Amino acid sequence: MKKKLLAALLVGAMVLGMVGCGSKSSDATAGSAAASTSGDLIKVGIINNDPNESGYRTANDADMKAMFTEENGYEASFAYSLKNDEQITAAQKFIQDGVDYLLLSAADTAGWDSVLKDAQDAGIRVILFDRTIDADESLYEASIVSDMAKEGETAVTWLKDQGLDSINVIHIQGVMGSAAQQGRTGALDDAAAAGDLTIVDQQTAEWNAEKAQQIVQSAIDAGKDFNVIYAENDDMAKGAVAALDKANISHGVGKDVVVMGFDCNAWALEELLNQNWNYDGQCNPFQASYIDEVIKTIQDGGTPEEKVIIMEEKGFDATTITQDDVDKYGI
Amino acid sequence: MKENAVLEMKHIHKSFPGVKALQNVDFTLCEGEIHALMGENGAGKSTLIKVLTGVYGKDQGEIFLKGSEKEVSIKSPQDAQNLGISTVYQEITLCPNLTVAENMFIGRSKGASVNWKMMNRKTEEILQSLDIPAKATQLLSSCSIAIQQMVAIARAVDEDCKVLILDEPTSSLDDQEVQKLFVLMKELRSKGVGIIFVTHFLEQVYEVCDKITVLRDGKLVGEYEIKDLPRVKLVAKMLGKDLDEKEDIRSGQPTFDAQGAAPVFEAEGLKSNAGIQPFNFYINKGEVNGFTGLLGSGRSESVRAIFGADHVLGGKVKMDGKEVKISKPLDAMKNGIAYLPEDRKADGIIGDLSVRENIILTSQVLKGFFHPYSKAESVKIAEEYIDLLDIKTASTETPIGSLSGGNQQKVILARCLLAHPEYLILDEPTRGIDIGTKMDIQKLVLKLASEGMSVTFISSETDEMLNTCSRLIVMRDRKVVGELHESELSQGSIMNAIAGGETE
Amino acid sequence: MGKTIAKKSDHVNALKSLIGNQIFIPIAALLLLVIFHLIMDPSFFAIKMGTNSAGNAVLSGYLITILDSGSELAILAIGMTLVTAASGGQDISVGATIAIAGSVILRVLCGTNSRPDSLQAPIIVAFLVACVAGMLCGAFNGILVAKFKIQPMVATLILFTAGRSIAAWINNNELPVISDKTFTYFGEYIPGIPIPTPFFIAMACVLVIALVLKFTNLRLYIQSVGINEGASKLNGLNPAFVKFLSFVILGLCVAVAGLIKVSRISTINYSVIAKDIEMDAILAVALGGNALGGGKFNMTASILGAYVIQCLTTTLYKFNVQSDALPAYKAVVVIALVVFSAPMVKEKAAELGKKIKKNKKAGEVA
Repeated sequence: MKKKLLAALLVGAMVLGMVGCGSKSSDATAGSAAASTSGDLIKVGIINNDPNESGYRTANDADMKAMFTEENGYEASFAYSLKNDEQITAAQKFIQDGVDYLLLSAADTAGWDSVLKDAQDAGIRVILFDRTIDADESLYEASIVSDMAKEGETAVTWLKDQGLDSINVIHIQGVMGSAAQQGRTGALDDAAAAGDLTIVDQQTAEWNAEKAQQIVQSAIDAGKDFNVIYAENDDMAKGAVAALDKANISHGVGKDVVVMGFDCNAWALEELLNQNWNYDGQCNPFQASYIDEVIKTIQDGGTPEEKVIIMEEKGFDATTITQDDVDKYGI
Repeated sequence: MKENAVLEMKHIHKSFPGVKALQNVDFTLCEGEIHALMGENGAGKSTLIKVLTGVYGKDQGEIFLKGSEKEVSIKSPQDAQNLGISTVYQEITLCPNLTVAENMFIGRSKGASVNWKMMNRKTEEILQSLDIPAKATQLLSSCSIAIQQMVAIARAVDEDCKVLILDEPTSSLDDQEVQKLFVLMKELRSKGVGIIFVTHFLEQVYEVCDKITVLRDGKLVGEYEIKDLPRVKLVAKMLGKDLDEKEDIRSGQPTFDAQGAAPVFEAEGLKSNAGIQPFNFYINKGEVNGFTGLLGSGRSESVRAIFGADHVLGGKVKMDGKEVKISKPLDAMKNGIAYLPEDRKADGIIGDLSVRENIILTSQVLKGFFHPYSKAESVKIAEEYIDLLDIKTASTETPIGSLSGGNQQKVILARCLLAHPEYLILDEPTRGIDIGTKMDIQKLVLKLASEGMSVTFISSETDEMLNTCSRLIVMRDRKVVGELHESELSQGSIMNAIAGGETE
Repeated sequence: MGKTIAKKSDHVNALKSLIGNQIFIPIAALLLLVIFHLIMDPSFFAIKMGTNSAGNAVLSGYLITILDSGSELAILAIGMTLVTAASGGQDISVGATIAIAGSVILRVLCGTNSRPDSLQAPIIVAFLVACVAGMLCGAFNGILVAKFKIQPMVATLILFTAGRSIAAWINNNELPVISDKTFTYFGEYIPGIPIPTPFFIAMACVLVIALVLKFTNLRLYIQSVGINEGASKLNGLNPAFVKFLSFVILGLCVAVAGLIKVSRISTINYSVIAKDIEMDAILAVALGGNALGGGKFNMTASILGAYVIQCLTTTLYKFNVQSDALPAYKAVVVIALVVFSAPMVKEKAAELGKKIKKNKKAGEVA
């Protein structure tokens, strides 16, 4: 009895979790349910990471849901997980359901070969978005990704062009080993190795604003000399700025410390607009239109020109950003 | 080492913070003898045994065992077991969530693997040979306390032991079961096992034992052949004073005259979920009555129903003639009822809390959540009751768990008295405590009654009931089957009524 | 001569009672850290006066940082101590319920617009609503534990799993940002006061719980229930309600901690806010020498334990230890705790103490 109750509660908790994830999309899923009766829609199964993971993911999920609607000729089903094995289970279910396309943002790079082979055998086309995997290229049609290294290079190039006398960076990293962390760290490390700048402090805050605040606080308490905050996402930049504010260290355009972030959250771009921050690198979450294009090409009997499609990404400078940019690129 | 001695302990010293538990104690056990270890609570019996079994390390002294020239060192219960010293403690120390067979064999399999089938079969054999009504695969917790105790003994006996220690093994057994145990003990004696028998029941000592060693206040009083030491002398040795065992503690106590007022407590058709038949009950002001019956006859369940400790399913209850609702202990407490539970360890003491906190608990709850006693107040109260009941404790802040059983019981009694109840229920208040304290408690009950308190007194020892109660409610098979009034009260009439003779 | 011996043994006894005291553990840990810093870099203890970006005079330095950052943990340690003592288990959902409480605060303050120019409701209203939300979460856990007798860790696993999603759902998956300066007062400084506000909030909580423990029977009730439920029941207590109450109190602590957390950065990230804080809170209780199996508790020791943990965290940041390696260092603390509280080690230590005493005596006689 007790065990049953507990089981029921746990299931309830998970359902609640899904409600949490899916609340924004209620109309989209409702649409797909209604559409299942009509025959000429393209069936897509979308496997994504948990939209609560970050603002980036929320925007990405919203973008997918806006694109793959009945009006646009799609019947979409969604599955979310941060765990690879759960994602694989979801993929198997989609294969059984007989979707036409499997869209995948894999949690982990490894372990996808066999399930993707199953998909191929069932005549299902696979398109990767946001994340690549370690599998044979023949197993998927296209992979739409950001070039994290390029994001880092763009940012570091911008930093070197600022004409600072010396560049002393506090570098706040994301979760170690993630593609975004590796790409964005790589460029900065290279520049430091080349002697273009000095890294005063390098620490992971695991995408977490609170940890970033503590790290910068610690650097301030230790009396370290720095004039740049290079945070690998906006949340961490915000945490860092909170620490700067506490210690009365000015930041932003023409101030003591240059603040750099990534992801282009709308609120972060507003900080740029207010000249409190200096730079924000885009990590484009809007892959849906690229995917749509690929699907259209395949439906028309063609093949995508390139296997790996790298999205266009910008870097915004506080001195040049406009309200239009905030509205258009803010996530 | 003495000839044919199987165990010799010499000059044993052991002290705890604030207490010298053992001072220079000698003890010798011979082959094939049942040796009673006697003493009041706090005399050091339990400590001596725990030293012997490696639960405590000794501060000074030597222990010799037969077969080894040198002094043996016993650093853990495992050591003791390996040396052939087995123990059955007063409080059952088995694992209730394991099966009987698992309990018999736990910690004893040599290798990593266990042959379940063989283990169960062997257990079944042992249980059968000892006539224990339990199954090998049954969970221990589903057995009654008596059966659990028997299993513990069976486990100890099954081990290849030279010295068997029985620490109050009979306190939760009924007469029949005790007899069974005695048969077993005698059989072991004939096989040459030395048995140390700790008990509070004098009759039992004289029934099975060969020798008696008496301790008092952590010191050795002496070792005696059973025939050289009549009961009265034994009691005198234990108490350190002369005491007439048959002293009529009732004489000289004025009796309270209720003068035909409504009963203090009255129940009609009271029923609980503990499986007793609905029963009627009343008690007058200043009266002492009791429930009597065999173990499991429902006497404890009846008083639990009165106090609301079990789930009350029906019946009418009146206090002083007015109908009241008692569905949980707090209701009973608010109506002036106090209850001392049968199982001191599980239902009575709050082990880690201090003597002081344990004393004030009930009246503190009655006082209410927002009206705590100040520290000074509570210390004063605690000291008062420690004095009044002569509780032996290092201080008011000593955790109750570190007191001896009898003193723990006195603390619980103090807790009941502090609530100044109109009606006091005492379920087995004298179990497992020394004879002096037993007397004290009986006297106290009579004194309280003479001051107008109503008391229900339950004890497995009929002479205690005879000493105190003026009316006995007889129970059998979870049913009230009769009532004995003052004029009819005698050992014989009680036995008859319990056994189900003519009273039906 | 005799007198001096008596005095010495008095000292020994005093030392013994100190070591026997629960609070010795966190104090010893703290002393260890202090000594470490004195040797490595005494500037750790420096406190400077400066001004912050709002132009207010503020104190700064590592010690201030510890008092500041340790606040949430200290507040949670209060509730976690009570829950541990009463139920003999721990609540692992506090991080997730902080997300819920924080989300509720932002939701009330922002209304439907996720980036309002002005607050849509007074902060006090938002906080009170968050308190209700926190207590509801606590009540949910409490009912599962007290009424349905589910193990606390398992019962709270439900909110641990679902809490952050619920938090996101409360704000429609949006990330509200508060621009109003007064909201930052709770996580930073109130103008004119040079000490971080979270410290005052934590001290207020400590004061409140101290008063509650002094002027009510909460301590006696919770300890009784934690040690012996059956006996407590027979003494008129309602063990289920006492446990329930402890969870509700923890819920309230969570709401206060949630306010500080969201005020610190004026926004929320549902998946990482107060991440792993439940483990730190449990560690604080353990570091305070409290039995995780319930029963007696020492509130002061728990709170001190919370600051010791923050001190350790800050120390590790100071020495530039990778923050994803922090759990490993905390694990070392856990191991040390477990080892030192093991009965065998205690016994050995006592034996060693005796030997030293003996040797000393022998020395004196000689």
